[in-house]
Amino acid sequence: MISAFQMARRRLSNGLLFTFLASAALAVPAVPALAGQSDRSLVLGMAIEPIGLDPTIAAPVAIGQVTWQNVFEGLVTVDRDGNIKPQLAKSWTISSDGLTYTFRLQRNVTFHDGETFDSAVAKASLERARGADSVNPQKRFFSSIATIETPDAETLVLKLREPAGSLLYWLAWPSSVIVGTKTAESDRTTPVGTGPFRFVRWAKGDKVELAANTDYWNKDVSIGLDKVTFRFISDPQAQAAALRSGDVDAFPEFGAPELVGSFENDPNLTTVIGDTELKVVAGMNNARKPFNDKRVRQALMMALDRKTLVDGAWSGFGTPIGSHYTPNDPGFIDLTGIYPYDPEKARALLAEAGYPDGFSFVMRAPQMSYATRSAEIMQAMLAEIGVTMTIEPTEFPAKWVQEVFKNADYDMTIVAHAEPMDVDIYGRDSYYFNYRNPVLNGLIAKAEQTTDPVARDAIYGDVQTVLAEDVPALYLFVMPKLGIWNKGIEGLWRNEPIPSNVLTDVHWKE
Amino acid sequence: MLTVLMRRVVALLLTLLAVSVLVFAVMDVLPGDPAAVMLGTSASPDTLAALRHELGLDQPLLLRYFVWLASAARGDFGTSYVYGVPVSELLAERLAVTLPLAAIAVVLSVAIALPLGALSAARRSSAFDHAVGVLSQLFIAVPGFWVALLLILLFSVRLRVMPSGGFPGWESGLGAALKSLVLPAVALALPQAGVLTRVTRSAVLEVLNEDYVRTARAKGLPQRVALWRHAVPNAMVPVVTVLGLQFTFLVAGAILVENLFNLPGLGRLAYQALMQRDVVVLQDVVLFFAGLVVIVNFLVDLSYLFLDPRLRETAS
Repeated sequence: MISAFQMARRRLSNGLLFTFLASAALAVPAVPALAGQSDRSLVLGMAIEPIGLDPTIAAPVAIGQVTWQNVFEGLVTVDRDGNIKPQLAKSWTISSDGLTYTFRLQRNVTFHDGETFDSAVAKASLERARGADSVNPQKRFFSSIATIETPDAETLVLKLREPAGSLLYWLAWPSSVIVGTKTAESDRTTPVGTGPFRFVRWAKGDKVELAANTDYWNKDVSIGLDKVTFRFISDPQAQAAALRSGDVDAFPEFGAPELVGSFENDPNLTTVIGDTELKVVAGMNNARKPFNDKRVRQALMMALDRKTLVDGAWSGFGTPIGSHYTPNDPGFIDLTGIYPYDPEKARALLAEAGYPDGFSFVMRAPQMSYATRSAEIMQAMLAEIGVTMTIEPTEFPAKWVQEVFKNADYDMTIVAHAEPMDVDIYGRDSYYFNYRNPVLNGLIAKAEQTTDPVARDAIYGDVQTVLAEDVPALYLFVMPKLGIWNKGIEGLWRNEPIPSNVLTDVHWKE
Repeated sequence: MLTVLMRRVVALLLTLLAVSVLVFAVMDVLPGDPAAVMLGTSASPDTLAALRHELGLDQPLLLRYFVWLASAARGDFGTSYVYGVPVSELLAERLAVTLPLAAIAVVLSVAIALPLGALSAARRSSAFDHAVGVLSQLFIAVPGFWVALLLILLFSVRLRVMPSGGFPGWESGLGAALKSLVLPAVALALPQAGVLTRVTRSAVLEVLNEDYVRTARAKGLPQRVALWRHAVPNAMVPVVTVLGLQFTFLVAGAILVENLFNLPGLGRLAYQALMQRDVVVLQDVVLFFAGLVVIVNFLVDLSYLFLDPRLRETAS
């Protein structure tokens, strides 16, 4: 029989021991980082492990973040500022009607297994991506192509059905990379490309190892690393520990904004904040009452103080947006001022739409921290205008993709849209927003028929304005790129115009 | 004895069959499928249909189950939907991490608990006994993830003597591989050790209070001999029973610890397979765990025969 006094004493001693242990662990002075790391190898951390290593057959961005530009290359590529650059195609001409693209290809390019790259290989790769049984996640990119011709080994001609202004840009994507004819089927586990790094090993659940490709075709590039290891660490605390202990040299997309400040005093690490392409958007079911009323959607937008939301949900990192477009994208305009935070006006507009006492709805929030936190803050802000949000956690990806994305069985949800330049989703017939707007569809079609960049930017400006005014979804913020890496590393990208970890220019300082 | 064994084997197979039906049924009820997960938010309906066809997901559930069962009976445990490699390959890779991890944790917890529990019982109500009481209470009370983080903080971040996670692989040498398992094994072993210490202490106390021990002590048998020759061996039956029961917790704990330390073990594989709806992988991992638990319980029952001569009489 233990007396209450003994119980209390035991609890107290446990508590004291807890505190003592924790403070003892923290009181130990930190050992300085090991100087003289191998200057030709790099360990790079990622939160999510890719499900395969072939970006042409599955969508998760983690696949391209390991392989794009490192193992695989495309006809064209995108540089760190988002500009389209030649790659396996050294130049191209576009006919004045926009229907014929003629690419001059690089010579002396070989795949890691020795296969020679030529127009036949390029054609086979594109045919595989656009064929009837293709499972390419961006198959629609190739739908405008009627035929592919190979007049000679160095020339590739794409004949289009209709003009496709975004085609060049799409050809730069991870899902458009050129794969070898002999190795296409095994790329998902042992990727073989033409890039500056060869695949070495994938220890599933732990890491992917790459090694410099000594036969790399592009002599303008000096590869600064011999060995690269991608390590997959999902828990943010474990990510922080791996960085501090020097087990990981760089985390280009660190997972927890609330821990970023804790690296400030670390003498070995630097913090580089940039923009990703991830647009955090609260999608609404535009086919369901009351979201089918534009005034209701506008009122909800005005009820949200985006700045405060970013502060609360993501520790102040991230850029508020007014439409489905990021500062990285060509022709970006800041439209957060169209429906700025104004709860008074929001309430008036709701009353005008026939909801003087507000209404109730269900928010289906995926379990990612950005989504749950944003939902909780929105819940409080919407309560201010009399709107009641019930949050229903929805497991992502499996359940969310099935019920929200595929079946559109929801009122509102929150998810980060990762694909760059994807405003066309608002014009698709069966997309989970259930949004129909002929004006917008006209603008998107017009942009596709235009190849002149200046004219295209102007059209995309109109697209952004339509979205900002019509509010088919609530536009919240662009996910920041929280880069934390060793001060000795140079060449990693600050921004991500395409989700990636390009290692071509990465090296340790002398 | 042989009939007992036969009965056990039949029971094991029936258990596994029931578990396999259950996993398939549950995974079918859960919304989502691996094809949808692979294609994500850009999927168009026709691409999804193409991928489902390629993976064979468009066939009826019963047919898929029996195809899996027929292959499993031949020792082929199917191919992962998501990774596209044989599951046996994945399992072998992961077992090479999880089994050593669990083994080290069990050995560690027994090595801590037996001496602590026995000495604690021998010096009942001493300061030492109280200290052990507090310590074992602490081991049980402290959440595993907190211990794990504390260990990482101290040994990897501050002292930089241990890796903060990950697994270099056995090919990088025994030393490096074991080194990466030490901290997770400690985090896994401490709660076990706490429970075992208490069980050992009370079991040893019980034996020490038996009439025959008291008589022997009165006739001049040294305390040391009474403890290590009589009390500890006779206290083994409850200790082994608890060790067997704890095994399930060990498996559950491994999932958590593997995630925190980023060890490519079975626990992490099971978690990923569930998130990706990779039915075949999850099926095989769950079956493996279930089989392991049944076999461990059987071994525990067997060990009684060796630990307690009286049971041998009745068994034969």
